[in-house]
Amino acid sequence: MEEGAVYSQHVTQSADAYAIIHEKFGDAVSAFDANETMPFFEVIDLAQWQNIALFMRDHPKLRFNYMACLSGVDYQAEGKVGIVCNLESLGELNHRIAVKLKCDRTGGSIPSVSCVWHTANWHEREAYDMYGMTFSGHPDMRRILCPDDWEGFPLLKDYKVQETYHGVKVPF
Amino acid sequence: MGLLDASISRHNVLVTSVDNVLNWARLSSIWPMGFGLACCAIEMMATNASNYDLERFGIFPRSSPRQSDLMIVAGTVTMKMAERVVRLYEQMPEPRYVLSMGSCSNCGGPYWEHGYHVLKGVDRIIPVDVYVPGCPPRPESLIGGLMKVQELIRMEQIGISRADALRKLAENSVDPGKVIRRERQTAGA
Repeated sequence: MEEGAVYSQHVTQSADAYAIIHEKFGDAVSAFDANETMPFFEVIDLAQWQNIALFMRDHPKLRFNYMACLSGVDYQAEGKVGIVCNLESLGELNHRIAVKLKCDRTGGSIPSVSCVWHTANWHEREAYDMYGMTFSGHPDMRRILCPDDWEGFPLLKDYKVQETYHGVKVPF
Repeated sequence: MGLLDASISRHNVLVTSVDNVLNWARLSSIWPMGFGLACCAIEMMATNASNYDLERFGIFPRSSPRQSDLMIVAGTVTMKMAERVVRLYEQMPEPRYVLSMGSCSNCGGPYWEHGYHVLKGVDRIIPVDVYVPGCPPRPESLIGGLMKVQELIRMEQIGISRADALRKLAENSVDPGKVIRRERQTAGA
């Protein structure tokens, strides 16, 4: 957070929340990005992600009690895939922030937070289904939309659809 | 050639062929299977409802494939759903008809190129008798398609195959354009 910068009210709230997280976890999290649409920070030390999530949910000045969304992203140029978690404190402190996490594009793994926010359970399965990263500690790490025996992960930028599925031609 | 065109003699005796009676009975009570897959199903439901009133054709959705004559594939068939569609089709008793409703089940529709999970035409897995174009087709189009199924049934005879009946239907097809133009003229539009 730059000194002296003027933010809108909701970004200031997010920046205050980030300051508490940064104070506790230090270098495990990146600098704050005061994006006007959705302010965010990145978790650098993935091993700390579950602790950060619990801290964010339970700290009396954070109370991020609601995971609004969990999306996957393919950073093809960096050789990474990631997720973006949109968190809100719904009905309590009414602030919000996004948390980004990245892991290796092939065989990468991110700690699951489905025990912190139950919403994450199906969202993490969807991110796995579309991008192929696994979530360690997830209670039910299976595909959620594609058939179990589907080949490849459809939302990767270099995805090529399979020729046949159970003997039926797939491309047009 | 409808049944009522056949000559009726005195004492309510009706002289016609067995084919005619059978076909008339079948085409006047086509029971489609009540299942829909996407937005086309909404249009199909609207067609079933009172504004378009499919029951005047004797068409009434059934809840079991075992009681159905017609399968209206109304909507996007995903690869995952395709196997279920085949299973439902196989559970239907013969003679059975398939009407493919809308662009998705005709050829993949808007998902034809980037829809990795969409079956590009339901005719890849089950034989289709009538295709109804549209995205989704209006109830009038669906009724047109259902009347085409009725025409197909009318073309059938004991001992001829479905392929022959479809060929007969193609040879005896009526150009609806002429009828529409005539109707417009009489309406004085």
